This record gives sequence, C-alpha cells and structure tokens, in this order.
Amino acid sequence: MFQVNALGKACPLPVIETRKALKEHDTVQTLVDNKIATENLQKMARQLGYSYSMTEDGPAHYTVVIAKGEQTAAVPAPAAPSRAVKDDSYIVVINSPTMGTGDETFGRTLLKNFIYTLKEQDVLPDMMIFYNGGVPLVTDTSDSLDDLKELAAAGVQIYACGACLNYYGLTEKVAVGEITNLYRIIEILRTANRVVRP
Amino acid sequence: MNDNQLVVCGGCNAKIGAGNLGPLLRDLPRRESPDLLVGFDGADDAAVIRLRDDLALIQTVDFFPPMVTDPYVFGQIGAANALSDVYAMGGKVLAALNIVAFPEEQDFGILRDILRGGAEKVQEAGGLLSGGHSIHDRTVKYGLAVTGTVHPNRILHNDACVAGDHLILTKPLGVSILTIGYSAGEISKEGFHQAVDSMCMLNSYAMDIIRDAGGVHSCTDVTGFGLCGHLHEMLHGACSARIDAAHLPYFEEAYWGAGHFIFTAGGQRNRDFLQDKVVFERNDFALEEIVFDPQTSGGLLVSCDARQVPLLLARLQADHIPAADIGVVTEKKEKEIYIV
Repeated sequence: MFQVNALGKACPLPVIETRKALKEHDTVQTLVDNKIATENLQKMARQLGYSYSMTEDGPAHYTVVIAKGEQTAAVPAPAAPSRAVKDDSYIVVINSPTMGTGDETFGRTLLKNFIYTLKEQDVLPDMMIFYNGGVPLVTDTSDSLDDLKELAAAGVQIYACGACLNYYGLTEKVAVGEITNLYRIIEILRTANRVVRP
Repeated sequence: MNDNQLVVCGGCNAKIGAGNLGPLLRDLPRRESPDLLVGFDGADDAAVIRLRDDLALIQTVDFFPPMVTDPYVFGQIGAANALSDVYAMGGKVLAALNIVAFPEEQDFGILRDILRGGAEKVQEAGGLLSGGHSIHDRTVKYGLAVTGTVHPNRILHNDACVAGDHLILTKPLGVSILTIGYSAGEISKEGFHQAVDSMCMLNSYAMDIIRDAGGVHSCTDVTGFGLCGHLHEMLHGACSARIDAAHLPYFEEAYWGAGHFIFTAGGQRNRDFLQDKVVFERNDFALEEIVFDPQTSGGLLVSCDARQVPLLLARLQADHIPAADIGVVTEKKEKEIYIV
C-alpha cells in the first residue's frame, strides 16, 4: 500500500499530499500526528466518495487509510464556482449618459433605445453595472427607469457604484437595483464571461 | 525561501479553540468592580473599564505567528488585527505597545521591517506607539497591546443583537484558505494578494461610519473562530440567525480552494466546535468551509435595526468598504445558525 508520511506536517499538507498520491494509487495510507488532520482527511474522503478508516496508534500518531474501492457510481468532484463557466452569459456596463460619441442629445436617445431593445434580446444579461456618468439612469428621474425595472423583474441584477452616486448627490434617489462598491464592480468585471458596453 | 523571509505558521489559525478556553478562564481568581464594564464574562473583544461617567478605557492584546513570509506585511496585518478589537467595541485607538518574540540568531533587519509595518498601521489609526516588550523565542510572534477610549454609553457589545436585526459583514471571508493555501503552493499569487490587502485594511474606516449610524445593537470582529464562531457569540444563546449564502462576501479563489481540499487546522477546529449549532440548508460543501474559515484581521460583524440598514450599507459602500447584508437575527430556534 502506498504510504504518505505526514508526521510533523501542518494542515493542509497532509490532505494535499494524500490527494496527490490518490491520483496514482487506489489505496493510500497516511500517517499524521494530530486528530484535526485525520478529520480533514475524512472530509476529503467523504467529498470524493472514497472509503476512510483511521486507527489511533499513540498520543501523536494516527494511521489513516483512504481507498477508492468503496466508490459507488460516479461521485461528482466538488463543484467549481459556477461563475467560472464559459457560456453565452454576459453583463452590460453603462458608464456614460450617452451611447457612443457624437451629438449628445442623440447619444442620450440612443442609450434609452439600447436599454429598451435590450429587453427584447433572446439572452438577457446577468447583470447591468452603472458607474460614473451612467448612474443617473438608475435614479427616480431616469427616462429608462421603467425599462430597467422590467429588466430587474426579469432577473437582471442591476448595480450602481455607491461612490459615484455619492459624488453626484444621487444616493437617496436610487429607484432601481442595488448600490455596490468598486471592489465588487472590479470583481464582477474580472469574472464576467463577456462585458458589453454600448 | 530566502533569508529575509518569515516561516509561515498560522496567524489567527493559531488561536486556542473556544471549547478549550472557557473552562480554564472560569477558575481564575478575580476582583469584582462596577467600573469593569466588560470583562471575561461575555467573551467580548476587549476589556472596558469606566474612568469617568463620560469616559471608559478599552484594553486589548493580540499577537500571533506569521501568516505571510514578508515581514513588513506581517507587521501591518498583526497591527491591523490587534487594533481591530478596539473598533469592535465601538472605540477609538489611543495608544499601542509592541509585543515581540524573535529568534536570537535571526537577522534583525526582519524585526525592523515587522515593527515598521506595525508602526505605520498604528499611525494610520491615529494612535501613539508608546513602547513595547520583546523576548527571544524560537519562533517569531508579533502583535500589539492596544488602549482605546469609548463613551460608557456607546460601547458596542458583541452579544447584544436583537431579533429582527440585519447582520452586516464588512470584509470578504476566506483569508486563511488563501494564505495557507498559497504557502502550500495551491493558491495563486493574485488570490493571496487579495487576502493580504483585506487583512491590512483597518476596521477604523468601517467603524467611523458604524459609530455614527442609528440602530446598531451589537458589533464584533470576525477573527479566529470564523464567521459562525463569532456569530455564535453574538447570538448569546438568546437568538438564532438566518444567513443568506447568496449575499455572503467571500474570495472567489477561497471558495475554489475549499472545494479542492485546502483544509486548515483552525477551520476544522471551528467546525468541530460549531457543527451541531449550524444547519446548512443548501448542499454546498465549499461554502461550509468558508463560514468556518478562521479570519486574521477579518471584518466587523454588525447587528443593526433593519430600518437603518439601507443607509448604513450605502454609506459603507460609498466609502469603498466591501460590506454586505448577510442575513437576519431571528427568535431562538432549535439550532442557532441557519445557512440558506
């Protein structure tokens, strides 16, 4: 039987080394010097659907045996964060009161039509993020308020930058969506499948 | 590892488990005083002693072994973590003393960097670094004894939540999984640095806003016992809580790590102590690990009247504090914490 000697090694190393050994071997025996490490090995075995047994050999000596044999059917590996999955999902960023550059009045009309037309898409965005010049669109005087409320009702998460609202004195006037911070916005932009900017 | 780096061994993961500590403390001799406003009894974040009707002193001490290899960063994190206990009581930092254990044979340049990192955080907190104590020891340890002030009527206890309150958490969870996983070579540099930035951030900015908010009933900082451990203390056997997993702030890569067997000793100790108090209504093993993950210099956990929550959250977020409304305090139920 393949043995991992993890005596004197702190968590998470006993688990990591045992996990690596299990990629090459069907049964792995691991020696550890503390009870918490045996519990962490048991957690891993349970998540993988493998069998687990433990004997306490002495005050700081435990022998754990993990075997693949007992596996029933295919046990799913722990799910990766679903947000990492690439698909046809997208988010929309609106950071100005206009769509494109050019005549300002026309740009505002275009943006209003963009949001209206967004509702008709086969796939709606997961989220809409509003920052800087975009934040007035989520307030109570926005021309697009009804369209955004419809999108929100259809499950689109609408977020507006809190610092931006504060800067423009609009924090109390938000009429749709949630206020969020730059930290979260960066996280959303960083992990989004695709980002659409009108 | 090169010579001017530290050996990593745990941060708040090194904290002695709550289950082991309680019985020990009960037997200590002590003198009673009406001016000891917060002492051992409530397991609060710091001691509070009334000096005058309008002034109380906050005293707290915190130190631990390194959780990062960079001595300067370790100093910053150790100090931010120790200072946080004053903020968790609703107070302001007045002064701090260094506590240092350092091996005789190690390069003193390392110690200078640790102390510089710590001193910068004390300065940022507006505190006076006024001395300290250092000994030789086999392993490095660093922290602060911190003195703060608070009005006796404005102390934020860690066990004063009220059913109906919302719970606000001001930093993402998962820093132990990220830092320990990084040391083991299983977490990216990017993930590690996210944890470091979060641990270095003082809770003073959040507390400056929370202190002025209405309806705040209770506050603590989330450290070694993890979210569930500190929430357990806040519920003080009188309430239960429902945590909305979808709103729980955590580092994406910590969640990934938890699902890929980055299990810390401290996290498992917390699970052992708390698992019969917590109900997971969704099948999400990685999330279980996140709520038991010990935090070093974690965020503030605030219990606040529901009507005040939107304004408080907006103010925190406008100040770039990654605060989230994570759930509600309820009447006491069969179990304490329900993760839904």
